[in-house]
Amino acid sequence: MIGLGHYLVSGALLFAVGLFAVLTRRSAVAILMGIELMLNAANINFVAFTKFVSPELVRGHIAALVVIALAACEAAVGLALVISAYRHLETVQVDEINLMKW
Amino acid sequence: MAEAVAFYGLTAVALGASLVVALSRNMVHAAVSLIPVLLSVAGYYVLLGAEFVAAIQILIYAGAITVLILFVILLTEGATGVRVRPRNEQVSLGALVCLFLAALLVAVLTRTPWPQTQGALPEYNPGAVGQSFLTAYVLPFEVTSLLIVACLVGAIVVARREA
Amino acid sequence: MSAWAWLIPLFPLVGYGVLIAWGRRLGERSPWVAVTTMVLATLTALAVFGEQLRGAEPYVWRTIWAVGGDRVITAGYTVDRLSATMALMVTVVGTLIFVYSVGYMRGDPYYSRFFAFLSLFCAGMLTTVLANSFLVLLLGWEIIGLCSYLLIGFYFRRRSANMAQMKAFLTTRVGDTFMLVGIMLLFWQFGTVDYHEIFEALAHGKSWSPAAVTLFGTPVPLAVLAALLVFGGPVGKSGQVPLHVWLPDAMEGPTPVSALIHAATMVAAGVYLVARTYPLFFYTPNHVALEAVAWVGAATALLAALMAVVQEDIKRILAYSTISQLGFMMAGLGVLGYTAGFFHLLTHAFFKALLFLGAGSVIHAVHTNNIKEMGGLWKSMPVTFGTFLVGSLALAGIFPFAGFWSKDEILLEAYHHNPAVYWVLTAASFLTAFYMTRLVAYAFFGSYRGPTHPEPDPWLPEDYARAGIRDAHPGSHGQNSHAPVPHESPPVMTVPLMVLAVFSAVVGVLGAPGTGPGGGTWLHHFIEFEGFREAGIQAPDFSWTVALRGLGVALAGILGAWGMYGAGGGRSEQVRRWVPWLVVFLRNRMYFDAFYGWLFVRGGLALARLLRAFDAYVVDGIVNAVGYLMVLVARLDRLFDTYVVDGLVNLVGLLTRWLGGILRYAQTGRAYNYILLATLGVVLILVWTLWRL
Repeated sequence: MIGLGHYLVSGALLFAVGLFAVLTRRSAVAILMGIELMLNAANINFVAFTKFVSPELVRGHIAALVVIALAACEAAVGLALVISAYRHLETVQVDEINLMKW
Repeated sequence: MAEAVAFYGLTAVALGASLVVALSRNMVHAAVSLIPVLLSVAGYYVLLGAEFVAAIQILIYAGAITVLILFVILLTEGATGVRVRPRNEQVSLGALVCLFLAALLVAVLTRTPWPQTQGALPEYNPGAVGQSFLTAYVLPFEVTSLLIVACLVGAIVVARREA
Repeated sequence: MSAWAWLIPLFPLVGYGVLIAWGRRLGERSPWVAVTTMVLATLTALAVFGEQLRGAEPYVWRTIWAVGGDRVITAGYTVDRLSATMALMVTVVGTLIFVYSVGYMRGDPYYSRFFAFLSLFCAGMLTTVLANSFLVLLLGWEIIGLCSYLLIGFYFRRRSANMAQMKAFLTTRVGDTFMLVGIMLLFWQFGTVDYHEIFEALAHGKSWSPAAVTLFGTPVPLAVLAALLVFGGPVGKSGQVPLHVWLPDAMEGPTPVSALIHAATMVAAGVYLVARTYPLFFYTPNHVALEAVAWVGAATALLAALMAVVQEDIKRILAYSTISQLGFMMAGLGVLGYTAGFFHLLTHAFFKALLFLGAGSVIHAVHTNNIKEMGGLWKSMPVTFGTFLVGSLALAGIFPFAGFWSKDEILLEAYHHNPAVYWVLTAASFLTAFYMTRLVAYAFFGSYRGPTHPEPDPWLPEDYARAGIRDAHPGSHGQNSHAPVPHESPPVMTVPLMVLAVFSAVVGVLGAPGTGPGGGTWLHHFIEFEGFREAGIQAPDFSWTVALRGLGVALAGILGAWGMYGAGGGRSEQVRRWVPWLVVFLRNRMYFDAFYGWLFVRGGLALARLLRAFDAYVVDGIVNAVGYLMVLVARLDRLFDTYVVDGLVNLVGLLTRWLGGILRYAQTGRAYNYILLATLGVVLILVWTLWRL
């Protein structure tokens, strides 16, 4: 029987991987992809909880939908920023972008 | 029984593809690997009886966002296929943190006695969601739409060429 | 009537008040206020004396002045035969001198001030006379001392007058201080300052506390000490040796002042006091205090007479004469001649005042005090000459003038009780006659010599302007450069002379033997010390020996002096060549003044210089040192501030910069570093939260 715990663990693992991508990748786009992974993991949690804890009120679904919409916005803006940065700084490797250095 | 198989299969795909996203040297590979992850998650949603959400996931995430990412990769340097170092210098510490966090989360999530019920999801998902959005959660709905507009404008402004 | 005796000093006091307030406005009319008050006082004194003559009992009035525990200090007055007689003498002589002064002081810019001070003086003198408490005595004593100071320095623009007034005040102050200590001693012993209470206690043999003070190795019983201390006041005020030095210099004051204060009254106050407080002296073991008084008096009489012989200033001669005669009076009291001494006080008042006023008349006419610049005045000033001659004969002690009787009584008492003193007084009598004849010879006989150094005007033009006197050549002062022709003085001056001459001639009768009931003199009967009766002391009988010897000595003095100085008299020059050292010694006042000047004046100045040095070096030194120290502390403080305080502040700044310099490296500029840190933070928070749960 696949219970709540399974979904939660799976979500947690996915989240960890997404976090790893955010922390360690050099490309800005890759970091954004990591963020998408983390958001998805959160969504899994939301929906799992709806099914197992309060299925009548589809609150989790609502939340998941809102998250998806927000993820889209954020990806759009973030990628726009990457493009803009690429134009100005000739690079998207984040370890080369250190203008705010001491 | 079938559920378990489906579940574990989807999990394997999701995790595997996500590892590719995290580790691949080639940006396009990484971007394309994102699709299986997203689709697996959609599969999760179906298993959990959230068909509407699954549909939206496929449409928006796997559809629009992935394409968007690919576009940007092509517009910036990622498409050249040049082998550059994929990871920065804080890999070790980052890996440690992630592992630790994963372990912690798993431990906590599995040990918590969640107040589970035996209720049933509404038959017609979109109806229920639509109802909620227009009654109880009308505010988040409207705010989200507002936010989308703002981000739309913002993205255009940020990304345009300085004339 | 005695109940109104308090008016006697009050009249002149009112006069003083009026003249001080409105004197300037009254101007030439001022003296009439003063004379009126004195006449009123005289009439009152006459009435009171009349009562005493008719045998009234002594009248005592007292009031409580202050209370301290069980001791009471009283104040009041007593009218008895002694005080009534003295008061009458003071008021009569005072009135005569006031009248004389109207003429003598006319034209002086400070006319009203003169009479104001004279009035105040009379008020003080009469207070002293009528007092029955040492407190009231001190009040009057101080007033007369003050007035003496003010009047000696009346011509305040003259430096010599200023010096003289200070000398008078300070010298009498010495005596007054001893007197004050004596009074305090009496108060301590008897718990009261009332005369009658103290005399009662003394008469009934109240024993003093057995304490005795050791002076020069001999123990002095307290009774004697108290008497001698109180005697200090009279020694100062009555010019006894060694506090006599102020009297000759007191002649700087106008002549009426010399007459009233320094001949008849103030200086007599000391003698009066000894008479008044006679029990204090009498009731000492073997009357030893009286013996001391007698010797002081005798020495004074002789020494002063010696110094009078070599004086050239007419007033100075009379001043030394006064000192000498006061010595006679003291000696008289000292040899148990209570009545004799007081009698001489009365007669001396009259003829000495006469002599001074006469001298004033002469000075007024010839504008000089120096007898060697006078001469031949018997012709040009007959009234003055006549009265002056009467006074001189009285002073010399020639029968039948007053001085003969009073001096003879003193000699008689001395002969009986203290022969040594008798011989000293006899020698002094010889000298008295001698110097008076010398004076008369130089001043009135021979031919007029005229002044060689005329006396300058004591006042400045602004004094005359202030008083509104336009004509700056007033009558009695001021100077013509050519020798004036001497002429007789106006009646306002000569009439008092004549009145006094009459008194000088006649008053002797009071003390003539045979006038009193049962032999003896009338005065003896009227005024006698009660203690004598109990002690069995009787007045000595009249002795032809003593009387004739006295007369003979006086005549010898007159003849000797006439021989030396009369009718041309150059023989003094020969004597002077014979004993020049004596002349110098006497002319320098036996170096008493020089000694005092050296000891007290120079000594005082030396002390002042010493103290000034102390102040300049020690005190100022300390102050400067403190100041220097403060500056030093300030410098140290500045160092501290610069290095320690500022150092700390700077240290903080440096630390901050150093820390900042290290911490800035955390700002790598790489976003992913920051994200890692944030994640780490979140993880830590999670762990910590979970741990607590």
